[in-house]
Amino acid sequence: MAGRKSTAKSNTSKDDLLAYYREMLLIRRFEEKAGQLYGMGLIGGFCHLYIGQEAVVVGLEAAAEEGDKRITSYRDHGHMLACGMDPKGVMAELTGREGGYSKGKGGSMHMFSKEKHFYGGHGIVGAQVPLGAGLAFADKYKDNKRVTFAYFGDGAANQGQVYETFNMAALWKLPVIFVIENNQYAMGTAQRRSTSTPDLHTRGEAFGISGEVVDGMDVLAVKAAGERAVAQCRAGQGPYILEVMTYRYRGHSMSDPAKYRTREEVQKMREERDAIEHVRELLLQGKHASDDDLKTIDREIKAVVNAAAEFAKESPEPAEAELWTDIYA
Amino acid sequence: MATEILMPALSPTMEEGKLAKWLVKEGDSVSSGQILAEIETDKATMEFEAVDEGIVGRILVAEGTEGVKVNTPIAVLVEEGESADAAPAATPAASTSAPPAATPAKAPAPAAAAPAAPAPAADRSPDWPEGTAMKTMTVREALREAMAEEMRRDDDVYLMGEEVGEYQGAYKISQGLLDEFGERRVIDTPITEHGFTGIAVGSAMAGLRPIVEFMTFNFAMQAIDQIINSAAKTLYMSGGQMGAPIVFRGPNGAAARVGAQHSQDYAAWYAQIPGLKVVQPYSAADAKGLLKTAIRDANPVIFLENEILYGRSFEVPELEDFTIPFGKARVWREGSDVTLVSFGIGMVHTLEAADKLAAEGISAEVIDLRTLRPIDYDTVIASVMKTNRCVTVEEGFPVCSIGNHLSAYIMTHAFDHLDAPVLNCTGKDVPMPYAANLEKLALITSDEVVAAVKQVTYR
Ligand SMILES: Cc1ncc(C[n+]2csc(CCOP(=O)(O)OP(=O)(O)O)c2C)c(N)n1
Ligand SMILES: [Mg+2]
Repeated sequence: MAGRKSTAKSNTSKDDLLAYYREMLLIRRFEEKAGQLYGMGLIGGFCHLYIGQEAVVVGLEAAAEEGDKRITSYRDHGHMLACGMDPKGVMAELTGREGGYSKGKGGSMHMFSKEKHFYGGHGIVGAQVPLGAGLAFADKYKDNKRVTFAYFGDGAANQGQVYETFNMAALWKLPVIFVIENNQYAMGTAQRRSTSTPDLHTRGEAFGISGEVVDGMDVLAVKAAGERAVAQCRAGQGPYILEVMTYRYRGHSMSDPAKYRTREEVQKMREERDAIEHVRELLLQGKHASDDDLKTIDREIKAVVNAAAEFAKESPEPAEAELWTDIYA
Repeated sequence: MATEILMPALSPTMEEGKLAKWLVKEGDSVSSGQILAEIETDKATMEFEAVDEGIVGRILVAEGTEGVKVNTPIAVLVEEGESADAAPAATPAASTSAPPAATPAKAPAPAAAAPAAPAPAADRSPDWPEGTAMKTMTVREALREAMAEEMRRDDDVYLMGEEVGEYQGAYKISQGLLDEFGERRVIDTPITEHGFTGIAVGSAMAGLRPIVEFMTFNFAMQAIDQIINSAAKTLYMSGGQMGAPIVFRGPNGAAARVGAQHSQDYAAWYAQIPGLKVVQPYSAADAKGLLKTAIRDANPVIFLENEILYGRSFEVPELEDFTIPFGKARVWREGSDVTLVSFGIGMVHTLEAADKLAAEGISAEVIDLRTLRPIDYDTVIASVMKTNRCVTVEEGFPVCSIGNHLSAYIMTHAFDHLDAPVLNCTGKDVPMPYAANLEKLALITSDEVVAAVKQVTYR
C-alpha cells in the first residue's frame, strides 16, 4: 500500500474515517461468512458476493440523506448493509428462513426494505435502471427533494432499457444518480469485449446527462463524487452518472470458476488497491487510531457477523402456508 | 361504362354508417377528388370523394339513411351520353362473402366433436432402426454434438449469445465450439437480449440460420417481442416470401433455489404462438435428434432445455445423421389403466410416478410429447381411447397450461371414452419461492401424480 495517493481531504474527520472502516469491514466479513455458509449448503442458488467493491456503497451512502432511495441488482448484500439493514435479517434471507427480510421467499438476489428505502435486489440485468428512475419520478412528483441511487454493472450498461431511461430521466429532470459499478467484468466477459467505447460515464452525453469517472477503491473519492451528484439532483437539475471503477475479488457467483482472468490480476488489486486497507492506513498514519483500536473494531464486527450467521441458522424455515401469501395485495 | 359507387369503409372497424348528406345530385358531372357526400361513422363525420370522373346517373341511397352497410352501392356514375339504366343491377351486400372455408390448421384448431370417431392411427414407429449401436451420453453432450454436427454441415448456421464463446457457455453447452468454428460463427454478445435477438432474426430473414442461446429463458423475456412479433409472424406477414429459420435455445424452468425471477417454465407461453415451433426434450437422444431437426427447420423454433437434465445420461444412437421429426410423441411405457402425458423435466416425475403406481398394481402408459407445437394429438387420443383416463404433468403454472389444452382436446375428441375427468398436475400458482421447503412445495412431485392417478382410477 505504500505510496498510494489519497484523495482524502484534510477535513475528513476521525469519526467519519472510523465509520467507513467499520462499514466496509462489516460488508467484507459478512460476505466471507456468506461464502462459508454457501459452502456448507446453508445458502443455495445464486449468491453474488460484493467483496472488493465495498467502498462504492459505503462512499455513496455517506453522501446520502435520510429518505433517499436505492435500488440495485442481485449483487446486493453490500448495499443492504450499507443502508443500515440488519445483518441478521439479510443473512437469514440468504438461508431462506422466516427471519429473513423477505420471510425466506426472496433469497440472496431479492430483498427489500421499505423502512430503509431499499427497493431490491433485482435478478434481470438492467431492469433496476428504469425502476430506479421510476422511484425518482415519484419523488419529483411529490416534490420531496429526495434522490435515488440506481446501481448497475458495466455489463448492465449495455442493455437497451438503460438508454431509454437516460432519455426520459434527462427529459423529465428526474433526481436519479446512475451509479455504474464498473468492476470490469460481466460474468466472464471483460468490459472491452462487450463495449464499443470504454468510457461508460460519457454514455449520457447524447442525452445531456453529465457524468464522471470515480476511483471506486477510494471511499473518500466516492463520497466526494456522490456529494456532487446529489447536489445536482437535489437542486432539480436532473440525473447524473457516476462510473465508479472497482473490482470484485471473487467469482461472479459462487459457481464461477473465473478462468477469464489471472490470479495475479486479482492479487495485484487486492495488494495495491484494496479500499479497506486504504482507510486503515489513513487511520494509522493520521494517528486517528492505533493497531489495537482497529483490532477491537475487527473483533466487534466479527461478533456481529457471527451473531447474524447464528440467527440465520436458528431461524426456522417459513411456515408452509407462506407459499400462498403475498401473491396479491 | 357505368360504375357503382359503394359505401366506403372510413375506419378499420367501420361496418356501416349513415349517409348524412349528398353534395351532388343526379345529372351533376363530377371530377375525381370532388366531394360527393358526407358520411357519419360511429366516430366522426367524414367527407367522401369521387375516385372517377363522370356524371351522377342515379342516387341509390337517399341522404339521411342510417345503417348503410359498407360496400352497398349508393350511387351510379355514368359516362357522357350513357343512360343510368346501363348500370348493373345493384348487388346488395356484396361484402358479406364469407372468407374461404378455413382449412383447419393441423394443430389446435377446434374441430367438431366426433365422439364416434375411431382411434387415430398413432405413429409408433421406432426413432432409430433396431440393432443400432448406442452410446451413453449426457443431455449436455447431446446438445453440443447436435450443434457441432449441424455447424459442420451448413456454414450458414452460427451460434450467438452471452458467454457462449470464450467462457465456453454459462452451462457449458457450447464448450469447444469456439475452438472448432472460430469467432465468425461462435459469437459472444453483450448483455443485450432484445438487441441481439433482433439482429439474429434479421440475419435469419436474410438467409442465415442462427442458433440463439439464452443464458436462461427467463432472460428471453427481454427479447420476447422480437421472438413473437418479428420471428414468428414475418412469414405470414410477407405472404410467404420470407421467414426466420432460427433456433432459440437455453435452459427453461426451475433450477434449484434460484428464486422467482430465475425459475419459470415458458412452455405454455410459446406453445400458444402460431408461427413458432416449440420443443422440450427430456432424454439425450431426443435432445440431439430434435435439436438437429430444429436447426434444419425453416421456421423459428423455441427449444426449451432444462438445467437439471443437462447432466443426466441416456442412450443415444450412434448414427451418422440422426434426427427426430417434430410432432411425434414417444411412448416410454405401455400401460392399460391410465395415460400419463408429460414432456421435459415433467417426465422425471411422471416416470417415477409410473414406477410407484406399478408397485401398487396400476398400469400407466407414459407419453412424452417431446414437441408442444406441433403436438402429437393422435398418440394421446389413441392411448386415452385405450385407458379411458388421463393425467397430464408439467412444471409450469396451472392456468392456461399445456395440460389445460390437452384436456380440452381430449374432451372434444374422445369424450365418450373418458371414465374420469382429465386431471392436470402442474407447478403451483405462485412465484417460485427461495426457501428450500417452500420451493419443494411449489414444484410438481411424483406423489402428486400418483394421487391424481388414484383419483381418476377411483382407488
Ligand atoms: C437480462 C439478463 N441477462 C442475463 C443474465 C445473466 N447474468 C446475471 S449477472 C450477469 C453479468 C452482469 O454483469 P454486470 O452488469 O457487470 O454486473 P456484476 O455482476 O459485475 O455486478 C449476467 C449475464 C441476467 N440475470 N439477466
Ligand atoms: Mg461487472
